[in-house]
Amino acid sequence: MISTLFHAPEPAKKYIKDVEGGSWSMPIDASTFGDPIDTLYLFIVAIDVLFFALIVATMVYFAWKYRRRTKFQKTSSITHNGKIEFLWSAIPAVLLIVIFLWGEIDYMKMSVPPGDAIDIRIKGQKWFWTVTYPDHPGVILTDEIIVPEGRPVRLTMTSEDVIHSFYIPAFRVKKDAVPGRYTNIWFQATRVGEYNLFCTEYCGDDHSGMIGVAKVLPWDQFEKALEEAGRLAPNTGESMAGFGRRVFERRGCPVCHSVDGTRLVGPSFKGKYGSQEQLADGTSVTVDDNYIRKSLLEPNAQVVSGFTPQMPSFAGQLNDEQITALVEFIKSVK
Amino acid sequence: MSTSTTMDPHQTGASSESHGHGREPSYLVAKPGLWSWLATVDHKRLGIMYLVLTLLFFLVGGVAALAVRTELLTPEGDFLTAINYNKMFTLHGAVMVFLVIIPMVPAAFGNFFLPIMLGAKDVAFPRLNLMSFWIYVLGACFFLYTIFAGGLDTGWTFYTPYSTTTGTAVISAVAGAFILGFSSILTGLNFIVTVHKMRAPGLTWNRMPLFIWALYATAVVQVLATPVLAITLLLLAIERTLNIGIFDPKMGGDPVLFQHFFWFYSHPAVYIMILPGFGITSELIAVHSKKHIFGYKAIALSSVSIAIIGFLVWGHHLFVSGQSELAGVLFSFITFAVAVPTAIKVFSWTATLYKGAIDFTTPMLYGLMFIFTFTIGGLTGIFLGALSIDVHLHDTYFVVAHFHYVMMGGGIIAAIGALHHWWAKMFGRMYNERAGQIGALLVFVGFNMTFFNQFVLGQQGMPRRYYTYVEQFHDQHVLSTWGSYVLGAGLVWTAMYLIASLFKGKAAPANPWGGASLEWITQSPPIEHNFHETPVVTADPYNFPEIDRSGTGRHHEH
Amino acid sequence: MRPQGAEPHPHPSYLQHHFDNREQQASAAKLGMWVFLATEILMFSGLFLGYFIIRMFYPEMVLGAHEHLSKTAGGINTVVLITSSFTMALGVRAAQTNNRKQCVWMLALTILCAGIFMVVKYFEYSSKFHHGMLPGRFYHAYDFGYDLPKYAHVFFGIYFTMTGLHGVHVLVGMGVLTWVLIRAKRGEFSAEYYTPVENVGLYWHLVDLVWIFLFPLLYLVK
Repeated sequence: MISTLFHAPEPAKKYIKDVEGGSWSMPIDASTFGDPIDTLYLFIVAIDVLFFALIVATMVYFAWKYRRRTKFQKTSSITHNGKIEFLWSAIPAVLLIVIFLWGEIDYMKMSVPPGDAIDIRIKGQKWFWTVTYPDHPGVILTDEIIVPEGRPVRLTMTSEDVIHSFYIPAFRVKKDAVPGRYTNIWFQATRVGEYNLFCTEYCGDDHSGMIGVAKVLPWDQFEKALEEAGRLAPNTGESMAGFGRRVFERRGCPVCHSVDGTRLVGPSFKGKYGSQEQLADGTSVTVDDNYIRKSLLEPNAQVVSGFTPQMPSFAGQLNDEQITALVEFIKSVK
Repeated sequence: MSTSTTMDPHQTGASSESHGHGREPSYLVAKPGLWSWLATVDHKRLGIMYLVLTLLFFLVGGVAALAVRTELLTPEGDFLTAINYNKMFTLHGAVMVFLVIIPMVPAAFGNFFLPIMLGAKDVAFPRLNLMSFWIYVLGACFFLYTIFAGGLDTGWTFYTPYSTTTGTAVISAVAGAFILGFSSILTGLNFIVTVHKMRAPGLTWNRMPLFIWALYATAVVQVLATPVLAITLLLLAIERTLNIGIFDPKMGGDPVLFQHFFWFYSHPAVYIMILPGFGITSELIAVHSKKHIFGYKAIALSSVSIAIIGFLVWGHHLFVSGQSELAGVLFSFITFAVAVPTAIKVFSWTATLYKGAIDFTTPMLYGLMFIFTFTIGGLTGIFLGALSIDVHLHDTYFVVAHFHYVMMGGGIIAAIGALHHWWAKMFGRMYNERAGQIGALLVFVGFNMTFFNQFVLGQQGMPRRYYTYVEQFHDQHVLSTWGSYVLGAGLVWTAMYLIASLFKGKAAPANPWGGASLEWITQSPPIEHNFHETPVVTADPYNFPEIDRSGTGRHHEH
Repeated sequence: MRPQGAEPHPHPSYLQHHFDNREQQASAAKLGMWVFLATEILMFSGLFLGYFIIRMFYPEMVLGAHEHLSKTAGGINTVVLITSSFTMALGVRAAQTNNRKQCVWMLALTILCAGIFMVVKYFEYSSKFHHGMLPGRFYHAYDFGYDLPKYAHVFFGIYFTMTGLHGVHVLVGMGVLTWVLIRAKRGEFSAEYYTPVENVGLYWHLVDLVWIFLFPLLYLVK
């Protein structure tokens, strides 16, 4: 069990802090849902604390006051009291109905997006999120969602494989991403900043690695950021290998492939280019440009022995320039 | 030769059962040899065997929990590999749910005490009872095989499509759970028939101890809900082997359908886990304060209504699954409805203490502890029942904290209380009371230290089933893990002094606590046939002689 | 003092020790069987629910696929099972009225009917296998020229699961009936004690009842 130490690469997103203060505080309220949800939450806390205190205080008081003092002490013959029993059934019932209605009304508001919400598409797969913007073709974000402050957004979500769940605590939103269908949520961010994004439906080995960041930007910066993100092309003066590294990081590859030799879900790239690998079917192959290209487009055709065929295909998601850059990058990882 | 047939358990140190007939051998030694145990039809021996096995699996599940918590001491993955962590929390959940909490109270304490409390010689179908036990063992073997066949990593909830596509030993685990379900169903069936048909003369429904009412309500749930689990698991296995396409979207199926099927059983299952605990608490509080339970009828009926309403709330596990909003609203409403009968119980137990004569014995301490921890568990369920709040809290540590408070802070605490309350009766020995009180304190502190701050963690967004986590959650996890070590120590301590008492404990009298239900008129431990003659019951089981019937205050004859 | 209501010693061999008298024993056994039947109903309900959901998702597929089930075979089986329930009821009556010979005959006929059911089922299943109409990923009816709607494998999955589980219950029933038949032949039953016959009868009627729902839903309903 305590076998080879398993160190997942340390993503910077592990250090995003989205709770208000110390270890016991509430999460930051960064969306329009924060107020209604936190208010109801605190209301329930108040009711719970009240009833708990009442019950425990009464229990402790009775336990003390009516502790046995003599060996043949007499006890009361009371067995029931209709009035008290009615009250302690009716009062909780009324409070519960109030809480139910309150929760239900807020829930309904959370279920109906406003008409002018910006469309965003979410795709979950083992073990990363792909975020695209129908109104901004070419923008593909991995483990990152960028939203404007003060405008509603509507997410249409699905999964490629198993059930995942898209959760941003600071916005108080969560919905399962289910394969074979679409689910929807909406929210409106109210506070510029970076917040945790978690997958919160157990999905296998790297479920806890399927985390990301929700970035809220002021409206003018939002458009610009998307353009930046959409443009996954070499910068002037940038080497192909350098560009390839950016593609590698941007498209979620580090989730499964390390560059330092650590074996993750997939093989490490360290020193891989040019090496001979044995495949699952016994034949062997040289890791050259063609093999890398094929692995990107038909990943499960020639799987290296000892690894499971889990890699998703990037056909249609990477252009030739990006593929070439990736090849150059992998060459450079010695 | 005693001919008395009314119960009078307060003849000091003895009873009509253990006097007059001379001391017959107890059930423990009545028939010697290993085979007489393995092939026994004596409900008491079966109860003891179930007790030993469920406690053993509690240890297994507990060790798995400690491994999980130890990994969570640091935000990185450094104690277990990711896959092994996933297998560990799955093992913890599956073992605790299917091998410990669901069977423990009914099969161990229920088997032992239900017939005796009803004045019967055995359950209605003793041979079926034996079969139930061996079916449990068979199911457990499948689980053990699963561990050695590479383990299971789906979580105890087996959600599709993950469970239909993962490479781990799903089929053997599912087969184990399927088989265990039959053990549960047959035990429930036996109890229902026993309660209906084998009560002693004079033992009307209104004179049954509340533990029996609780077991009866549990049995109804066991019998009606478990078959649906059987079908769910069968369909899961068929989907995995044949790909029929019922849950797999690529083959035309619906993965959320699995969740509906699964929770249709598994929600009532949690009532199987807690209802017996409610029954135990009624016994503990009443007997150790020598006061008639307050609100007997309300508590009895609330058990039945919880059992019924519990069948209608399964969709509250699916609020964010993509289920329709209307379904969410209906399920939320009914979920709140089930809170009312539950609250009634808590208030009634507290009221029972009023003007009692409370002894701070270990059973009473566990009874009081139950009120404390179960109430937290129940109250926090309110957050989860509210739709808008559940969106934020679903699948976070808040849920983990909630269900540990009700299942462990409720079910297990009650079971430990029952163990102490009936230890003398089952084994004929007294455990050391001071050791018991220390153990109770350790368990109480350890439990709350482990789980209370998990509510905060969940509300801050920490997801469930995470192997590594973001830095900001570090301090809370450290606190929780240390709490788990204290809790573990408390449980080990408890095991130690209980086992020691088997060898060194004082011989127990028939009625050490002064209880008034039928088990206290039998020997400690009871003879093989429980009673020399079928008792005739003329009063209810909370008819303590300490109760002042001099006319002041209300006075109810039953 | 004697326990209340006990039979005078020695008590009949069929009276188990933990019961006070035979009425209590018979009554307990009957209640137990009814509770068991409730569990069976709930188990099959899960499958029926699955069927209804698939029908809701893919109404045309179900219509197309179920045309290929043999209504004749299903019809014969329905008649056979209803007959077997009749013979079973007669068997119980015979036991109740101390008619050992008729009881034995009726039980034997019931087993025979069950056997016929299984034989017809064997032919039905063989035909499906030979035409590639198998559940899930084994479905390959197109190899035999059958042009069925897209998710037909789902229908056949449910078909085989439901009729298969029912078939298992028929087989188990045959086993239990055989055992009861042997006991009846030995003369163990009488007007005072016919509980096993009565209870196996209850079980058998349930098996018949499940089929009476299965047949129209799977084979007939448009």
